[in-house]
Amino acid sequence: MITIKNIYLIYYEGFKNMKVGKTLWKIIFIKLAVILLFLNYFIHDKSLKSEYKTYDEKVNFVYENLKRK
Amino acid sequence: MEEHLVDWSRAQFALTAMYHWIFVPLTLGLGFIVAIMESIYVKTNNEFWKKTTKFWMTLFAINFAIGVATGIIMEFEFGTNWANYSWFVGDIFGAPLAVEGILAFFMESTFFAVMFFGWEKVDKKFHLLSTWLVAIGSNLSALWILVANGWMQFPVGMEFNPDTVRNEMNNFWDVILSPVAISKFLHTIGSGYVMAALFVVGISAWYLLKGRDVIFAKKSMIIGATFGFITSLFLIFTGDESAHQVALKQPVKLAAMEGLYEGKEGAGLVAVGILNNKKTLRNDEDTYNFELEIPYALALLGYHDIDAYVPGLKDLVYGNELQGIVSAQTKIDKGKIAIAALEDYKEAKKENNMIKAQEARAVLEKNMQYFGYGYLKSPEQIVPPVATTFYAFHIMVTLGGWFTLLFALILYFSMRKDISDYRLLLISAVWSIPLGYIAGEAGWVVAEVGRQPWAIQDLMPVGIAATKIATTNVMISFFMFATLFTLLLIAEIKIMTKQIKIGPEGEH
Repeated sequence: MITIKNIYLIYYEGFKNMKVGKTLWKIIFIKLAVILLFLNYFIHDKSLKSEYKTYDEKVNFVYENLKRK
Repeated sequence: MEEHLVDWSRAQFALTAMYHWIFVPLTLGLGFIVAIMESIYVKTNNEFWKKTTKFWMTLFAINFAIGVATGIIMEFEFGTNWANYSWFVGDIFGAPLAVEGILAFFMESTFFAVMFFGWEKVDKKFHLLSTWLVAIGSNLSALWILVANGWMQFPVGMEFNPDTVRNEMNNFWDVILSPVAISKFLHTIGSGYVMAALFVVGISAWYLLKGRDVIFAKKSMIIGATFGFITSLFLIFTGDESAHQVALKQPVKLAAMEGLYEGKEGAGLVAVGILNNKKTLRNDEDTYNFELEIPYALALLGYHDIDAYVPGLKDLVYGNELQGIVSAQTKIDKGKIAIAALEDYKEAKKENNMIKAQEARAVLEKNMQYFGYGYLKSPEQIVPPVATTFYAFHIMVTLGGWFTLLFALILYFSMRKDISDYRLLLISAVWSIPLGYIAGEAGWVVAEVGRQPWAIQDLMPVGIAATKIATTNVMISFFMFATLFTLLLIAEIKIMTKQIKIGPEGEH
């Protein structure tokens, strides 16, 4: 229990007393938000996951692309 | 597949990979430099070293925080832009990437917190252990990524399953202990170590040029230059092994790296050269407008034998019976047989004709090593962009040589006299920081452009690996990523320079 409390305190006080770190965390969150929002809302292309639900459909999709043209 | 789309998908992946590589090398090397500094602190109990460690650790954190997750975009791109490729190799590529994810998450994030928040909270030795584990952890993460990349350069440890149209791993150890993967890993982390050493030496030089924090700068510089000199020698050694592996597994890449059109015994290495842009496979123009050659060096570098025959691009494209080199056309024919056998196998399975399926499978397995060649339209397509590969290779090697000399000079003059008196050397050290990044990127250009047209060596060309999606979407996302990454780079440089200006005495 004491160990868990100590670990918690390391993180709690660490985050509380950060200086440069605060700016860095802001950058990390903004960056992740931009990346995830962008990928979710701007990339609508058909992909294996979105278009083909079953394993056999996925196999067939790739096989069709590998066939002689 | 539309060429325009493939080129945009290629450009997008190259952009994200190259930006990602701006952040990675510093993390790989600076972690160890910081751990060395902290080890001195723990051994001497001198507060000066604690302050020094904390300063470089802050710069390490800035780079880490801004670089984190830039690699995730590439993993998304596998799904969106390279669906055929992802499926074709999923079982093999997925395993190392999953291990990397778990390691990165558990090892780095846990000990990273102790390293930054634990100075006054945990025992000194445990703190030091955490710092070393962060450095080791980030290098282990790189191991798995580079194993995956090594597999694309030299696919081993798998079997193609025509039922699932996937390559399935049948020997994990063959994949991770592949000589290409190992030499790639060692050479790549070595370049990260040299980059980090340049960073420490360059910033220390800046302080000396400004005449501030002199003791701190001199001591940091000695550690940086020592680390840099040792790792430069390691880089030369691993570079030699990488070139040897390229010669054995990707001879077309080696020929392109040197602009070698005609194969020869005891081929020399062009140390400096300008390519003749009129030279093609089909004409007899001179290859270079100007060249300075080291005799026998290419044969020695590639095959560890000064008399070895180094195949040129013409040998590899058109074949050379005397040297036992198979022509690309023969490989294309075998690749077409493999693709046809896959179709025959599928048809036979649909008809439930097991005898025919078995026969087709035997033909497929016999020709599978040339599968990707079946998609090429001409033998000349196996040749990567020669000029890009040649110049990138020579830039990387020349800069690598300069860095070794720079570290040696700094160590020599630091021991002999006051290094602050050598202003030209200090200015060179500052300017060598961007040169380190250029050398690292050039190395990746050699590795990736030099293996075109392959997404997976001999098995899948880039055009087949790509997903059929709207080119406009790829173009838009290209510019979006370019903007995002440029902003991140500006943020990194701004925060980093602000912290450097504050110096080791300031708050971190």
